[in-house]
Amino acid sequence: MNGIRIPILKIGNVLIASIQIALHDSTAIQFKNDLLEKIHETKARGVIIDLTALDVVDSFIGRMIADIAAMSGLMGTRVILTGLQPAVAITLVELGLELPRVLTALNLEKGLELMRRQSEEEETEDVTAE
Amino acid sequence: MLQQSKVTTVQSDLDIVAARSMARDIAKVLGFRAIDQARIATAVSELARNILLYAGTGEVIARSIDRNGRKGIEVEFRDQGPGISDIDQVMQDGYTTSRGMGMGLPGARRLMDDFEIQSQVGVGTTIVCRKWC
Ligand SMILES: Nc1ncnc2c1ncn2[C@@H]1O[C@H](COP(=O)(O)OP(=O)(O)OP(=O)(O)O)[C@@H](O)[C@H]1O
Ligand SMILES: [Mg+2]
Repeated sequence: MNGIRIPILKIGNVLIASIQIALHDSTAIQFKNDLLEKIHETKARGVIIDLTALDVVDSFIGRMIADIAAMSGLMGTRVILTGLQPAVAITLVELGLELPRVLTALNLEKGLELMRRQSEEEETEDVTAE
Repeated sequence: MLQQSKVTTVQSDLDIVAARSMARDIAKVLGFRAIDQARIATAVSELARNILLYAGTGEVIARSIDRNGRKGIEVEFRDQGPGISDIDQVMQDGYTTSRGMGMGLPGARRLMDDFEIQSQVGVGTTIVCRKWC
C-alpha cells in the first residue's frame, strides 16, 4: 500500500495531478515533495490538483495543500484546486481550515480555463507595467 | 439494545484511513447524508491521527447507537499515551505541541454533536464523540 505515487502530468506549462486514492499521510508527503520538485524542474506556470475522488480533507491534507500553495507561490507558480466535493469544502471550513492563495474550480476543464485566463491577465499586466 | 461495534487498532498512518472508512461505513448504513459522513470521517481522521502522533498506538471503536429511539453513531478513541494535563488549553483553536495547526481537537468537536474527553497524565486519553441522525 505504501510507496504509491500520484502521477503528475505536464501539459504545456501547466502541471496536472489527479488524486484518485484515499490519501495516506506518507503518500501525501511524497506527493508534496514530487510536485515541488517537478515545479522547480519544469518551471511550470501553474499547477492543477484535482481532488474529485477525495471524500475527506483533514487538517493533514489541508496543510499539505496550503504548503504546496505557499511554496509554489514563492516559485511564481499558481495553484488551482478542482473537483472539491461540496461536503468536503463545507467540512474544511467547519474544521477551521482556510486555504488562502488557492483558487478553486468546479472541474478539471474549468480549472484549465481559469488557468488560461489568469495567465492572460498576468501578461496584460506585464505589458501595462512596461 | 446491544449494538454491533467495530474496532480499528491505530499503529500507522494506514490505520487512520482504515478508521475513517470504518466510521463512514457505519454512518452510511445509518443513513447519514454526504455532508455528515464527511464531518464524521474528518473528525475520526483528526482524532485517530492524534493517537498515532501523541500516544503511538491506541484504538478507535465505532458503533451505531439508539437512545430512546434516536439513532446515531458513537466513536470512541482510547490510548495509553502521555495524557493531557490541561484539557481547556488543548481544546483551543491553534494550540499545538507538534507544530501542527492545533485544529484537530477543536475542529473535531465542531464537526460532531457530542464530544467528551477524559485524560490523565501518564495513564492515557479517551475521547467519545457522537453524531445524531
Ligand atoms: N491522544 C492524545 N494524547 C496526548 N496528547 C494529545 C492527544 N491528542 C492531542 N493531544 C495534545 O493536544 C494538542 C492539540 O491537538 P490538536 O489535534 O488540536 O492539534 P495538533 O495535533 O497539534 O495539530 P493538528 O491536529 O492541527 O495537525 C496536541 O498538540 C497534543 O499536545
Ligand atoms: Mg491533531
